[in-house]
Amino acid sequence: MSQTSKAPSPIGGATQPPAKIEVALTVNGVEAHLQLAPWTTLLDALRDHLDLTGTKKGCDHGQCGACTVLVEGRRLNSCLALAVMQDGAQITTIEGLAASDALHPLQQAFIEHDAFQCGYCTPGQICSAAGLIAEGKAKTSDEIRELMSGNICRCGAYPNIVAAIEQAMAVMRDKS
Amino acid sequence: MVSKISRRGVLGGAAAVGSVGWGGLVDPDDLRRPAKAVAQANRASEPTRPYIGTPTSRIDGRAKVTGAAKYAAEFNEPGLALGPGLAHGSLVTSGIANGRILEIDAGAALRVGGVIDVLSHQNRPDMAGSDEAYQDETAPEGSPLRPLYDDKIRFSGQPIALVVAEEPEIARFAASLVRVEYQDDGHVTDLYRQREAAFAPAQPGASRFGPPKPRGQAEEALAAAAVRHAAEYYVPIEHHNPMEMYASTAIWHGDGKITVYDKTQGVQNVHRYLCGALLMEPDDLRVMSPYMGGGFGSGLRPQYQVLLAVLAARALERSVRVALSRTQMYGLGYRPAMLQRIELGADGGGNLEAITHEAITVTSQYEDFYRQETGWSGLLYACPNAKYEHKLARLDLATSCDMRCPSAATGVYALECAMDELAVALKVDPLELRLRCYSDRDQNTDRPYSSKNLRDCYRQGAEAFGWQRRNAEPRSMRDGGELVGWGMATGVWEALQMPIAVRIALSADGHAEVSCATSDIGTGTYTIMAQVAADMLGLPLENISIRLGDSTLPQSPVEGGSWIAASVANGIATTASAVRSELVRLAKQMSNSPLADAGRDDVVFADGKLVSKRDASRAVSIADAMRSGAVDRVEQQRSTTFADDGVHAHNTHSAIFAEVKVDEQLGVIRVTRVVNAVAAGRILNTKTASSQIMGSVVWGIGMALHEETLIDHNFGRIMNANIAEYHV
Repeated sequence: MSQTSKAPSPIGGATQPPAKIEVALTVNGVEAHLQLAPWTTLLDALRDHLDLTGTKKGCDHGQCGACTVLVEGRRLNSCLALAVMQDGAQITTIEGLAASDALHPLQQAFIEHDAFQCGYCTPGQICSAAGLIAEGKAKTSDEIRELMSGNICRCGAYPNIVAAIEQAMAVMRDKS
Repeated sequence: MVSKISRRGVLGGAAAVGSVGWGGLVDPDDLRRPAKAVAQANRASEPTRPYIGTPTSRIDGRAKVTGAAKYAAEFNEPGLALGPGLAHGSLVTSGIANGRILEIDAGAALRVGGVIDVLSHQNRPDMAGSDEAYQDETAPEGSPLRPLYDDKIRFSGQPIALVVAEEPEIARFAASLVRVEYQDDGHVTDLYRQREAAFAPAQPGASRFGPPKPRGQAEEALAAAAVRHAAEYYVPIEHHNPMEMYASTAIWHGDGKITVYDKTQGVQNVHRYLCGALLMEPDDLRVMSPYMGGGFGSGLRPQYQVLLAVLAARALERSVRVALSRTQMYGLGYRPAMLQRIELGADGGGNLEAITHEAITVTSQYEDFYRQETGWSGLLYACPNAKYEHKLARLDLATSCDMRCPSAATGVYALECAMDELAVALKVDPLELRLRCYSDRDQNTDRPYSSKNLRDCYRQGAEAFGWQRRNAEPRSMRDGGELVGWGMATGVWEALQMPIAVRIALSADGHAEVSCATSDIGTGTYTIMAQVAADMLGLPLENISIRLGDSTLPQSPVEGGSWIAASVANGIATTASAVRSELVRLAKQMSNSPLADAGRDDVVFADGKLVSKRDASRAVSIADAMRSGAVDRVEQQRSTTFADDGVHAHNTHSAIFAEVKVDEQLGVIRVTRVVNAVAAGRILNTKTASSQIMGSVVWGIGMALHEETLIDHNFGRIMNANIAEYHV
C-alpha cells in the first residue's frame, strides 16, 4: 500500500517567510529595537534575538510554564505570546528579577529550600511566583499550590517550591 | 499532590554509614563521621565543615536561579543564535509506523527563502555501515536506529529528513512543506496482540539482565502451599518528559573540528557514538553538557538529534542546532509497558513458600531492550522456591529504554501489590507479612548484604506515619465524605559503583579544580563532588571548583544506575589521597620542616595547612610546601575501580507508607500523606538526597494515578504526545 503524506497548506497560501516588522521591547529596563517576523514568539525573541536564554522552552505550547516572564508586572507564558503583540511592553525576565547583584528573595529561597533539581523549570517557577506574590491572592500553601499549578516541575520539587515561595512572601512582607 | 513528606525516616540515619562499598581503595575513616550530625543539621544553615553529610545548598544554585546556567540549546558562540554563525535544523518525522520511504519531495521546502538544505537518506553524507558503529555503551542487543541512513521506517515519529535554515521558524515552516511518499507495510503497536508471539531474550541465569536462575521447586511448592495468591498486573508505556527538550548545538570550528553542546547523561558515550557513526577522529570532536534539564534515563543513550546536528554541521561546514519539539520527544525511548503474572504461596503463618514471576515487556522490531524485570521478586523476601520468566514483545515502536529505576519500578510494584493481596488472604497486617518474610541475604545470590536496614525503615516509617492506628477493615476509615486508605510497600534498588577517573589540580593559593567527565542531571553531582573534595583536602567549599560534562575530562561512565555519587566520591577520595601524599612529601623536604619526622598518616589537612596529628603547633601551609618544592600546583589523576568482593550483595531499601483519600461520590483520588523511609548507605548531602527522595514519591504518585502513553493502534501513533494530555 502506498500513501503520500499530506503536507499542510502553507500559511495563507504563502511559501515564503513573512516580512519583518520593527518591534520595541523594554527588557529588564533596557529598550531593544528588533526586526522580527510576525510568527516569532516573545520566548524566541528573548532567547534567539536578545540572547536572554534564562527563559526556558519546555513545550512551546503553554503547557509547562517554563517560559513564564513578567509583562507589565503580570506573568505570561512567553511561548504563547507573539513578540509583535508586545510592542512597547515592559518585560522582566529571570535575568532582570533582582534589582542588583543581590538575589531576589525568591531566588534566595529557592536555593535554600532546594526548590529545584535540574533547574530547567526554575526561571519560570520564580517569575511565576513573583507574579503570584504581586497578585496578592495566595494566602495559604493550598492557594500557592493552586495558583502555581501552571508551572510543571518534572523533578518533583513541588513541596520545596511551595516552601520557598512561603519564605519569600514572608521576607517581602517584612521588607514592605 | 504530596502534602507532607516526613523527614523522620532513616534518610541519613545512623545505620548505614560506610556501607555501600567504601572499602579497600579508600581509607573508610576518611569518610566516616557520626551520622547523628546529619539528623540535627538545619536545612537552611550555611554549610559547615566537614561538609559530607550536611545539607549544603547546591553550588550551582545561583546559576540556576538567575538564568546563567546554560543548557544545550543555549550556546550561541560565535555571537547570537541568529546571524551568519548558527543554522537551525527542524525534523521531518515519519507518519507511518512500518514500511519504506518511496520518495521525499523537498522541492517546496528548498524554495523557501532562508532554507539552506534538506538532508535525508537520499542525499546524506557518508555514515558508518555496521551496527557496531552505532552501539553506544548502554545499547541493547540488536541493530540500532541509524537516522537518515536508508528508506526503512521502523516506527511512527522516526526522523526521516532534516530541514536546515537560517532561522528556527523558517526551518519549522519549511519542514511542514516536505512531502513524503511511503510504502506502508502494516504495523502492530498493541502489546496484547503480540502477547502470544513474545519470546525469551535470555535464559534464566544466562545474563546480567535476564531472569535469575530458579531455586527450589516453585511449582510443587505452590501446589502444596496452604495459601496461594495469583494475579496479573499491567503498567502502561510511560515517557520521561524531562522539562528540557532534547537539543544539540554543534559549533563548527573549521578544519572538521566540532564542539557539540548536547543534552545527555554521558558526554563520553556520545563522543564515542558520534566518532563511530560519523567516522570522525576523536580529536576532532568535543562533547559538552554542563547542565542537563532532566534525564531520568532518557539521556543514557545518545539521541538522534545530536547525530543530526553534527552530521549537518559537517555537511554544511557551519554551526548547526537541532532542537526537538515536545511531540518529537515521544519518538525517543520510553519505559516499556509490562504485563506480569505473580503467584505467591505461603504457609498459614505468613511465611513465603514459593514465588513465580512471569513478565512480558515491550521492545522495538530492531533491538532487544530489557532489564532485571522479574528478579526483584525473588530477591527481596525469604522464600525457598522461586521461578522467573521474562519475554519480550516486538512492536512497531522505537526501542524502549531505561527510565528511573528501570524494571524495579514496574516489577516491585507488582510484587508489592501481590504481597498486599496475600496479606488480605492471610488476614495478616501487610507490614507484619513483610517482617515475617524478612531476609538478611539476597535471596537470588544467597549473599549477605553489605548493609540492609530495611527493618529500621519499617519501624521508623511506621512510627512516623502512625501505622499502628490503621484499621484493616475495608471502608472502615473515613474523613468527612472521603474514604481513607492506608497502605505501605517495600522499595529496593541497586547500590552499584563503576570505574571512574578523577583529576585534582591544587594550586598554591589553596584552590582545587576537580575534573571528571560525569554529568549533573539535577541530582546534585556538582555539589557532592565539591563537598567530598573540600573534606578530603581540608579546604573551604568555596575553594573547590568542579568541572564536569566535558568529554575531554577524565573517564566517567554515564550518569545512571544510581552509581555516580558513590563512584565519583570514591574517585575524588582516592585522587585526593594522592594529592595529600605529594604535599606531605614536599612538606617533609623543607629545610627544618616541622613535619620532618611525620609519617604519611601522621598529618591531617585543615584550613589549607598540613598539621601534625600529634602536635598541632607543627604545621606547614600548602603554599609553603609548594614553594619549597618549587612547584606552583600539585596535580594528580587516579582511576578507581570497584571489584566485586565476591561476598556481599549491595542494595538500597525503603519502606513507604501512604494515605489516600477517595471521594465516594466523585471517585476523586487524593494522596494526602506519604512517609518514605530510605536506607541508602551514607548520605553525602541531606538536602539534595531529600529532594531526590521527594521527587521519587512525586513520580510514584504520577505513575500510579496519571501517567500513560496512549497509542492509536490504527495509525500506530502516540495520541497524547504532549504534556497537556500526558500528565506528568
